[in-house]
Order: sequence, then C-alpha cells, then structure tokens
Amino acid sequence: MDDFSLLIGGKAGFGIDKSGAVIGRILNQLGRRVYISRDYPSIIRGGHTFSIIRSSQTRIAAQSNKMDFILALNQEVLDYHKERLKDGAVIIYDSDAVKLEGVGEGIRTIGVALTRIIKEENAPEIMRNSCVIGVFIRVSGIKWEALESVFKKEFTKETDLNLKVASRGYAATKELLKIEPASQEPLPLLSGNQAVSLGLLKGGLDTFIAYPMTPTSPILHFLAANAADFGLKVIHPESEIGVILMALGFSYTGESVAVGTSGGGFCLMTEGLSFAGMSELPVVIIVGQRPGPSTGLPTYSAQTELHFVLNAGQGEFTRFIVAPGDAEEAYFWSAEALNISRKYQLASVILTDKNLGEDIFNFDINSIPEIKAGAPLVWDRKAPYKRYLDTENGVSPLAFIPDKDAVIKVNSYEHDAYGITTEDPQQVVLMQNKRLRKERYLQEELENSETVKIYGKSNSGVSLLCWGSNKGVCVELAEKLGLKVIQPLVLWPFPIKQFQEALRGVNKLISVECNATGQLARLIKMSGFNVDEQILKYDGRPFSLEELEERVKGVKQ
Amino acid sequence: MSPLNLGTYAANTWCPGCGNFAILNAIKTVLSELNAEGVPLENIVLVSGIGCHAKIVDYLNVNSFYSLHGRVTPAAEGIKLAKPGIKVIGFAGDGDAYGEGLEHLIFAAKRNIDITMIIHNNRVYGLTTGQYTPTSPLGFKGRSTPGGTKELPLNPLELMLASGASFLARGTSHGAELLKQVFKAAILHKGFSLVDVLQVCFTYFNMYEYYDKHVYELKGHDPQDRQQALSKIREWDYNADSPIALGVFYKKEIPTFEQNFLGREKKAAETDAKINAFLKASS
Repeated sequence: MDDFSLLIGGKAGFGIDKSGAVIGRILNQLGRRVYISRDYPSIIRGGHTFSIIRSSQTRIAAQSNKMDFILALNQEVLDYHKERLKDGAVIIYDSDAVKLEGVGEGIRTIGVALTRIIKEENAPEIMRNSCVIGVFIRVSGIKWEALESVFKKEFTKETDLNLKVASRGYAATKELLKIEPASQEPLPLLSGNQAVSLGLLKGGLDTFIAYPMTPTSPILHFLAANAADFGLKVIHPESEIGVILMALGFSYTGESVAVGTSGGGFCLMTEGLSFAGMSELPVVIIVGQRPGPSTGLPTYSAQTELHFVLNAGQGEFTRFIVAPGDAEEAYFWSAEALNISRKYQLASVILTDKNLGEDIFNFDINSIPEIKAGAPLVWDRKAPYKRYLDTENGVSPLAFIPDKDAVIKVNSYEHDAYGITTEDPQQVVLMQNKRLRKERYLQEELENSETVKIYGKSNSGVSLLCWGSNKGVCVELAEKLGLKVIQPLVLWPFPIKQFQEALRGVNKLISVECNATGQLARLIKMSGFNVDEQILKYDGRPFSLEELEERVKGVKQ
Repeated sequence: MSPLNLGTYAANTWCPGCGNFAILNAIKTVLSELNAEGVPLENIVLVSGIGCHAKIVDYLNVNSFYSLHGRVTPAAEGIKLAKPGIKVIGFAGDGDAYGEGLEHLIFAAKRNIDITMIIHNNRVYGLTTGQYTPTSPLGFKGRSTPGGTKELPLNPLELMLASGASFLARGTSHGAELLKQVFKAAILHKGFSLVDVLQVCFTYFNMYEYYDKHVYELKGHDPQDRQQALSKIREWDYNADSPIALGVFYKKEIPTFEQNFLGREKKAAETDAKINAFLKASS
C-alpha cells in the first residue's frame, strides 16, 4: 500500500491521541511520510475523539476522507465513521465492546477481544490501545521490531506491560496485507505548535508568556517543559491582559519575548498591542485561530482572525502579520517574526490555527532557508540618548537598562523624542510619521524573502489561492488536477509585488478559505486584486481532498 | 547630602494644592538617598498608569515606563522578572490599581514579586473630572453618581494582606517625613510592597482637613505580627469615621517570585545543538 489512511477512535480519555502518535511514529520508522490530524471535543472525558493517520511514500499534509483502516475501541467509532470505509478496507475492533452492524460487503473485519486480553494481563483499560496497535502491525505486515523501538521511546512507564499487551494483539491475528517500508531516511514528526516553539527558540527567544487557550496551549506546555534546558523563562500570568503587559515590560529591558493565545485571548490583548505600536516595543504574538464568534468551537479550526489581527488596537500603527502553512514555514517565520519585531520595534502576529498547530507533520530542517539572528539597532553613545529619536527609516536606536549614560523612557501617550508626553501638533505628526514610516522599509526588506509561494502547475491559467493550513490540501489537489496554487505567507505589510508576479498568467483565481466571509479575498481587494470564485468552509473541520476536489470542480468551469 | 536634580523640562500640570506634589517630592528625596547609599539611578525603573498620578514619570529624569490605565503592575512585573537587579517602583491611582487593574495587583501580591506599588489614593477620579472610585465613601456624589454611591468602599490594605503582600503601609500627602520613610522602607523591602497614600485631590475631593483630624502614626506596633496588622488595617474601613493609622502595618520576609527565574539566561550557542537533538529524538 503506497498511500493509505487510518482512523483510530474512541472516547475522550481513551488515549486516542497518544495511539495516533505512536502509529504515526511506527510508520515513520519505516521511512514512510506521515501526517496526523486530531479531532476532539472540548471536554476532558467522554465524547467522541479520533485521529486520522495518513501515510505515503512522498510528503503529504492533507487528509483523505476515505479510510483504509478503522481501529475501533468502542461502538461510536463504527457508527460515526463506517461510511468513510473504502472498498476492501480493514476494521480492527474490540470484539468485547463493538458489535459489527451495517458494515458493507467487501470490508474486512478483524475482531480481537481487547478488553479480555488486558484483563488477563492485569493491565489498565487504556492499554487496549497498545493491544490494538499490536493487531494493526501484524495485519499490515509491519515488523515487530518497529513497534518495539517506538514503544520503548513513547512508553517510558510500564514499557514492558505495554509491549506484553501489544504482543498479545500481535499474536491474536495474522498478516492480511503489506505496508511496505520506503527507502528514505525518516524525517522528524512535529506538530505545528512544536515547530513554532522551536522557531522561536532559534530566533533567540528569552521569555514566553501565555494564558492557556486552545489551540496554542501546547506551545506554553512545550516551552515550559523545556525552559530550563534552553535557558528560557516561561510565565503563565493571571489573564491575557497580564500576559501582554508583562511581555511589554520584558521587551522594555531588551529581552526577546513572545506570547501565545487564540482569538478570545487576543481580544484582551488589543490594548497592549496598541501600546506596543505607540511605545515601539517589540513583541511576537501567536494567534491560533478557532471558530468563533465568542467561545465558538474551542477545539476546532478556522481562518477567521485575519482582519481582526490586521485592525486590532485603537489608533493607526503598523504591524507584521505572517501565516505559515506547515511546520517548516512555522519554524522559519517564528524565528523571522522575532527578528523583524526586534529590528523594526513593532508587534508581529503569527497566525496559526488548530489544524496547523495540532496536526503532526514531517519536518525537514534542511529545506528551511537560513535564519540570521537580527540584532537590534543600538545607540552609538555619541549624542545624548533619546528613546524615540527620529531617523530615516523611523527606527530609533535602543539603549537598555541599566545604562548610566541613558535615561530610557517609553510612553503610551504621544511623546517627544525623549519619551515625555506631548500634545504639540507638530510633534504629534512627526512621531506618527516616524512610526508609520517603518512599514515601508519593512515591506522593502521583505521583498528579499519568499513571501508568496507558488506550487502545482505554474503555467496553469487556473490558480487556487490559499493561506495558512489549507496549503497542504490545495497543493496536493492542484498537483492532481494540474492547477496552480498561490500562497501568500506574509499578510501584512501585504507583499504586493510578489503577489502580482505570482498572478502572472492566471485568468481564474479561486480562493480557498476556512471562514464564512472570504477574509483573504477581502485583503487582496485592498491592493486591487480580485478573486473570481470563493470556496469557503466554516464548520470547524479541515477540507478533505475529496471535498475540495468536488468544490473546485464545481466552480472551475 | 544634596539631593540630585531629578526634574525634567516637562511643565507640571497638577492643580495647585494637589497631593501628588508631596509624593513627587518624597520620591525625589528617597531616590537621592538611595543613590548616595549605593543604588545608582540607572538601576531604578518607574512605572505609571493613566491618571493625574501618572504624570509623575514625566517629571522625573529617571528610566520610566508610562503604561496603560490599570496596567502598572504587570508591566512592572515583566521588568523585574527580566532584570531582577533593578528596583521597579510602580505609581498608580486608586481607580487604576484598585479598579481597572485590581486583578493584576492581587496576583502580584500573591506572587510576592519584589516590586513597590505606590498608590495615589485620592478616592476620586481626577483626570476624568470627578467620578467615584473603589475607595470612595458610601454616598459619594460624583458625576456618575449624582445621587450618591450605593456601594461600600474596598479596604485595599485588607485585600492586599489577604492576597499575600509582604509589606503594607499607609501615608498621607500631608505627612512628608513619614511618606519618605515608608517609601524608602517599601523600596528596600525584598518582596511585594504597597504604600496606600491618602493623597488629596484638591479639586474634586478635598479631604485635607478630614485626614488631619483623623490620622495618627502607628506606635509600638509590631509589623511582623499578622494579627496586629490585620486589626490595625481594619480599624478604618475607608468609610465610617474612625482613627486612621499611618506607617508600616505589615512586613514579612518570604521567598520572592523572581528568584525562580534566576540563571535563566538564553544559551544561544547551544540552541542549535539542542534543537537538533530534539529533532533527532522526534523521528
């Protein structure tokens, strides 16, 4: 089997997430490429949760709606997902917990008494996962050693019991088909959130501050767990208002600081964002999008905050907004966002979403462009220090506390070059121009980076237009259908030149977005570009390849 | 010792008779003293909120962070956590610290982070021209409550004690000497310190005469004794007529929050190797 999809499901609390990761790692060990998505409700126990693991010989970052395997730990998995089974697909199920009903002809069914086996082994219920994984690798002809090496890494507690239970599953069945290894080196498997975290560390992060909120809490957890090792400070304050203001306090001292949140938390941060704009304090804000309005669907995905982050905060000030589309882009642009914030003394927003943040991607660090540490412009100590000295590009040299020769004053009021409050009309205009001027220089500098990417058939007259986590599905579909894909990565300052270049030869532009109002289409309209068709999805779920194909075919003619 | 010239060119726009002058003068003296005693001025950062009080940072030629309304505390905490060797002094109004920013104040006290909060508590919003605040007495007739407030004031010191603050004091703008003493003690205290200054708004809520009649200095009080501190703090509830104690109510040395982050400095040279090690373990 070159390319297949597997769904493992059960109740929240069953350990489905972990099992999905373990299966993914076993397949990855074989040199195969892997992409894992998780679907879970906003509850701790109970409710239906599942992971889809797709594996192929080549890189993938999209899910099919058609399953080759379903691993069912309870009845709901079959009831909810049996329609997804391909002809000839395999169901592996706990014969103590699941009744096979309504399963079509041509589906191969393998029932193993998982519940009984774990009872016999005196193992906890959660180890049904290990048992079913043992069944799966036997059925698919994967060597026991692949399971063993992954289990030893992933189950540091009760390793032996997990292996014993898996071996019982392995012994309870026989080989039915063959999942072939691929003759290439395995690549690391990372969630988008891990890629953002590593990118921030690469970019020189000193401190990370966050109040927990799905889908960016995993960044907080990952960085907190690794803080001592990386010499990082990680703080979880009382609220998102506390988060952003604390971050600006850190930033004032010259530290590189980032914060993480979602739309709701970002609402609370907007006064701080505006303050960062006025006081010219660098800060990186990761906004992981999920469906709103309000609490919405906390554990699902959306692309609904583009115009929010673009316009958030009172007054007029510039900012840098980037929307990575996979783990490698998340890594690169998280590091770059820190560099850009430091260099231009402004806030950067990294727009992610639940799918990008929590899905698991292969990660090839060798494919990532070089990241150079951007040092901030530092005071030359010649003239007396002025925090807001007007300069050609609007960027004032920095001094950092404690400096016996510099008094460093930042101010949320309009201020003069020294940082003292002013209401003088000439000063007001001078300072507003100084701050806004930075945008032009930033935009020019960004022309040296790949801010708009092109994939698929580059000379096709029909192009999909996507941003963020829709990249994977759009690219794979475009390659199948012979279409072009245009993906703007930097969304502000909008890369007009590169976008115009990308549009060359395109006579039909179809935007693909996970929102109800076409936010990217609206953004490009501001620069005079129009989409011909819009494909929008806003049920919180990602586009599957089949769904997008059908919708593209619907608008292509 | 001659005091340093700490002023700036900013024109002072406080009303004549404003209690903020007393705070400004006291802090100038304290900063000069600290400088003479080995705390250089560059090791001080002043943080202020929004309100009449906040202009104090424009009037002092010292590092400053002119923050947002209610957001003195978290900014001060960030600065302290980044630079534990710096003395961070926050100035906030009563509307600022006890209203809009109360949440932050409670958590800073709970963490016992080593910052000093000086509250310009005039019990009225001055800059927005005369509305009630969290510490205005019951029945206060402000522009948003022309019929008088229908809610009792907070006792901020009681709240701060309950929240875990390790240094609590009160002063008034009619007691310059005491103000200097408590400011200095608060700044030198290792831990979260708060000084509630009954600072009079001459324009919207002139309490000079009232305070002069009711205040007294704490004598023979043991600030290490939490029960004594609580009973002295409860003596006046910011509402009913009663004696108003001034001085240090409570002082206790306990571990401070920023100590948890000492030695957390980026190991830039090692970052690439650590990232690679993580990636290797993830394949």
